[in-house]
Amino acid sequence: MRIRFKLNGREVEAEVEPNTLLLNLLREQFHLTGAKYGCGIGECGACTVLLDGEPILSCLTLAVEVDGREVTTIEGLAGDGELHPLQRAFLEEGAVQCGFCTPGMILTAKALLEENPNPSEDEIREYLKGNLCRCTGYVNIVKAVKKAAEEMAG
Amino acid sequence: MYINKLNTHIIPFKFEYHAPKSVEEAVELLSRYGEEASILAGGTDLLVKMKQRVIEPKHIIDIKRIKDLTGIREEEDGIHIGAATKLRTLERSKLIEEKLPVLHEAVITMGSVQIRNMATIGGNLCNASPSADAATPLLALNAEAKIVGSEGERIIPLEEFFIGPGKTALKPDEMLAEVISPYLPENAGTSFMKIGWTDFDIATVNLAVILKLEGEVVDECRIALGGCAPTPIRVHKAEEFLRGKKLTDEVLEEAANIVSGHVRPRARWRRAPPEYRRAVSRALTIDALTIARKRIEGLEVNRGED
Ligand SMILES: Cc1cc2nc3c(=O)[nH]c(=O)nc-3n(C[C@H](O)[C@H](O)[C@H](O)COP(=O)(O)OP(=O)(O)OC[C@H]3O[C@@H](n4cnc5c(N)ncnc54)[C@H](O)[C@@H]3O)c2cc1C
Ligand code: FES
Ligand code: FES
Repeated sequence: MRIRFKLNGREVEAEVEPNTLLLNLLREQFHLTGAKYGCGIGECGACTVLLDGEPILSCLTLAVEVDGREVTTIEGLAGDGELHPLQRAFLEEGAVQCGFCTPGMILTAKALLEENPNPSEDEIREYLKGNLCRCTGYVNIVKAVKKAAEEMAG
Repeated sequence: MYINKLNTHIIPFKFEYHAPKSVEEAVELLSRYGEEASILAGGTDLLVKMKQRVIEPKHIIDIKRIKDLTGIREEEDGIHIGAATKLRTLERSKLIEEKLPVLHEAVITMGSVQIRNMATIGGNLCNASPSADAATPLLALNAEAKIVGSEGERIIPLEEFFIGPGKTALKPDEMLAEVISPYLPENAGTSFMKIGWTDFDIATVNLAVILKLEGEVVDECRIALGGCAPTPIRVHKAEEFLRGKKLTDEVLEEAANIVSGHVRPRARWRRAPPEYRRAVSRALTIDALTIARKRIEGLEVNRGED
C-alpha cells in the first residue's frame, strides 16, 4: 500500500505492507533510528513519536494508519544545527546515560511542555511515567525538563 | 513484571487492511468477513495480541477514520460517548469531569499518556478484560451499549454486554457504536479505586461506587467490581444490604464482606491469587464508600493520603 504523510516537516511517500509497523517503517525505510524498539508491547515508551503533535507508541501503530497525518521523530526536533532547549537541557543535566530512552523521553516531555509550560515535579513524573529509563534514576531527567521549561519561558 | 518471551518486533503474519469511512461500510465489511475480521481501534490490546499470535485475523477493519464514532454528546437521556473516542479526549473533557467524575477518575489512571492518546473507550469495553478500568465506573453508572450490525441497531445494558473474559454480546457482524451513560443522581458522591501491578497497568482489582444519602442514611448505592469474576460485575447484594442503613464501621465491614464474597476464582489468574483479590476488594469497598461519603460532605479527599 502506498502512503503519504508529513515526516519531520517534509512530505514523504512510502510503500508499506498492512502489517508494517510505524516503528519499523521509520527505522528501516527512512533510516531514522532515534525511535527504539524496547518491548514492543506498549510498556516502555522507547518507540515514542509524535503523531499530529501527540506522543504515541510507534511499536503499536500500523504504518498505514499515519497516511495523511504528521509524524515527528527526535531527528525532527533540532532546527538548523540548533538543539531544542530540551535536548540541550538533557545534555547539561546529565539526563542521558546510555541514551536508549532519550528520544522517547524528550518527545514526551515536548508534548508536556506544550500543554503545561510550567509543570511541577509531580506533573513531570506523572506525564513521563510511560517512558522507562534503566540508567539515570530519573532525577536528572526531571531536572532537565524543569530547566528546559524555564528556558523556554524565557 | 510480565516477561515477554515472544518476538514483538513485528506482526508475524499478513492481513488485509480496510479503513471504512462510515459505520455502514464497517458493518458491511464485518458481515462479509465475519470471524476472520477484527476491528482495530487504538490497537493497544489488539496489536499486542496479534504480535503474540493470540489471534491472527485475516482482515483488519480500522474504525478510526469514521467520524460518527468519535465524540462526546450531552443529551437528555445522558452522555453519549462514541466508541472510538480516545481515552485522552475523555480525560480532557470538562463535561466528563463534571458530569461523570467516576469515569474521569478511572480514565486518568489508565495506561500512560501515550496509551491514552491511542486507546479508545470502545476498545476497552470490547476487549472485555474482567478488570477493564472503564468498565466498572460505567457499570455503576447504569450505562448502556449501542450496538450496530447488519440487522440494524440495538441498545443493551452494559451489564448484559460482558459475557466472559474477552467475550461480549457482540455478534460477528456487529460492533459497538456508542456508550450511553445516564447522569448521576443529584448530590451523589462517587469514587473509583484500583490496585494494579504498576502505576500504569490495568487493574488487578478495581471498584467503583456511586452513593446517595438521605440525611445519614443510604438512599441508593451502586457498587461495581472488576478483576474478581469472569467479567466486571455489579454487586447487587451489597447495594441492597446498604439501602436504608447508616454507614457505621460495622455496616461498612459487612458490605465489604459481601463484596469480597463475590470473588470467583478463575483457573488462569496470573496476576494474583483469590485470597489477595478478596483482601483487596474488601479494602477498596471500605475506602471507596468512605471517600464517596466524604465527597458528599464536600470534603475533597486526597486519594494519595489514604
Ligand atoms: C502499557 C499498557 C497499559 C495499559 N493500561 C491499562 C489500564 O490501566 N487499564 C485498562 O483497563 N487497560 C489498560 N490497557 C489495555 C488497553 O490499553 C485498553 O483496554 C484500551 O482501552 C483498549 O482500547 P483500544 O482502542 O486500544 O482497543 P483495540 O486494541 O483497538 O481493540 C481491543 C479489542 O476490541 C475490539 N474493538 C475495538 N473497538 C471496537 C468496537 N467499536 N466494536 C467492536 N469491537 C471493537 C477489537 O477488535 C479488539 O478485539 C493497557 C495496555 C497497555 C499496552
Ligand atoms: S517499544 Fe513501544 S512501548 Fe516499548
Ligand atoms: S539513559 Fe539508559 S535507559 Fe535511560
